[in-house]
Amino acid sequence: MIRGLSILVIDDNKIRASIIEQGLRDAGHDRVILVHQMDGLVRQIADINPDVIVIDLENPNRDQLEHMFQVSRAVRRPIAMFVDKSDSHSIEAAVDAGVSAYVVDGLKRERVKPILDMAISRFRVFSKLNEELEEARSELADRKTIDRAKGILMKSKGLSEQEAYDLLRRSAMNQSRKIIEVARSLVIASGLLED
Amino acid sequence: MDKSLTPVIAGFIPLLDSAVLVAAAEMGFAEEEGIALKLVRETSWANIRDRIAVGHFDVAHMLAPMPIAASLNLTSLAVPMLAPMLLGLGGNAITVSTGLWADMAAAGADTGGDPASTGKALADVISNRRAKAAPLLNFGVVHPFSGHAYELRYWIAAAGLDPDSDVEITVLAPQIMADALATGQLDGYCVGEPWNTAAVAAGTGRIATYKQAIWPDSPEKVLGVTRKWAEANPQTLAALLRALSGAAYWCASAENVEKLAGLLSRADTLACPIEICLPALEGSMRLGRNTMKQVPDFLTFSGGAQMAPMPAHGKWFHEQMVRWGQAERSEDATAEVARIFSPDIYLSALGLENVPRDASIRMFDGRNF
Repeated sequence: MIRGLSILVIDDNKIRASIIEQGLRDAGHDRVILVHQMDGLVRQIADINPDVIVIDLENPNRDQLEHMFQVSRAVRRPIAMFVDKSDSHSIEAAVDAGVSAYVVDGLKRERVKPILDMAISRFRVFSKLNEELEEARSELADRKTIDRAKGILMKSKGLSEQEAYDLLRRSAMNQSRKIIEVARSLVIASGLLED
Repeated sequence: MDKSLTPVIAGFIPLLDSAVLVAAAEMGFAEEEGIALKLVRETSWANIRDRIAVGHFDVAHMLAPMPIAASLNLTSLAVPMLAPMLLGLGGNAITVSTGLWADMAAAGADTGGDPASTGKALADVISNRRAKAAPLLNFGVVHPFSGHAYELRYWIAAAGLDPDSDVEITVLAPQIMADALATGQLDGYCVGEPWNTAAVAAGTGRIATYKQAIWPDSPEKVLGVTRKWAEANPQTLAALLRALSGAAYWCASAENVEKLAGLLSRADTLACPIEICLPALEGSMRLGRNTMKQVPDFLTFSGGAQMAPMPAHGKWFHEQMVRWGQAERSEDATAEVARIFSPDIYLSALGLENVPRDASIRMFDGRNF
């Protein structure tokens, strides 16, 4: 049996790193090591002697890492995943997802490709989760803004809550704008008038 | 956003010499030329290289040697590129730890940053250390294919040292340099501003010399563009170059320096205090705790012919690549480098004629290139 590949995941984001680790383990890779910080990385990489290195693109230390691969005698020379131009689809997918990978020279593509695909898909899942979280946050903020706008109308025009909302909706329709935009303008304008 | 504007996406690294791109996007120069310039901040030169190669970016703020390294296939994701415009001259310095500076000062280093004098002092210090079997001094640069690497190596070699065996040179991200100096991980580094001023202000570093003294008026960053994009979008590129030239004039004007420092200190650009951004922009450098020096051309932006790339610039960078074993010398490579640094696209976009193209390069040690 071929011994499994050892995979080093360098990611400051611990949650994302563990999502990737879990994915790789589920796929049968049991030699996955996570690193969150760059201190002493050369020594760590020499000790771990990984076959594949996965790193997030937000990491400011990629230049350092690539340089180290070129000059260090302590580590086997990993090369960028995508030296083969025919891989342009994978390259784009990886960069889009925000991940980069390096493999030890001489490893067969077929053995490494699934690992990269896994990293790409897990990075995507993570950024989708993040986006949903952001959306949920901004939805909440929007609802608060609309509530404030309603409150302003109720107070200044003596309307009920439903009447205030209807007025916002009618104004939005008449101006071909979204309710949230009208509400925002109203909140800003009333802030200005108060000063 | 006005729909009639042509979108151009530019990657940049948070350094002072991203100023021309930032000013073009923020001060209306791009819009005037019909361009909606969108800036995307990046965290590493490797990301800039990868994202321009896959087409995420149309153009990018790049280290001058990067388009050469990409075109000569010396890096991964290498694609043929051009450097149609310089984005700044000078702007780098070599900072050493206060401990190393004390030794260099004792060896007679010039306090005003003269590279011949400080280089000689460094050689004396290293010779003493060797006699005591002290470990090699460790210097940092931001990228193997960078003006920083070549300036540091040139300075060290001009003092009679071998940068490959008399010191260690490692690569670190610019924003990490000052901390690495403070913790003793580095003894010195060559980096663009504001990361030298940051170490001097923190009391952990001393500027030993600077790019303007090593190679006066030399290109540092360039606008990088893939040849494919340049050929597919000649009019957009020409309009962008005019916009950037206008922005460079604006950046060069002394009356705009506070406003520029304000733009650059913003959270979405450099996220750095104004007082750390200002010295290099004003040419008023604090070399050490008690040493101020006026270096009016420390970092220069200027529109017009001064920002035209010249084959001689490319040749100098390529010579250094060959000198330090990164590239082979060949007729093909020489011709390719001259194409990458050709001023033609820029000068014709600006309608500039009769600009002399025989830029001569004179280094601090008297060597001409």
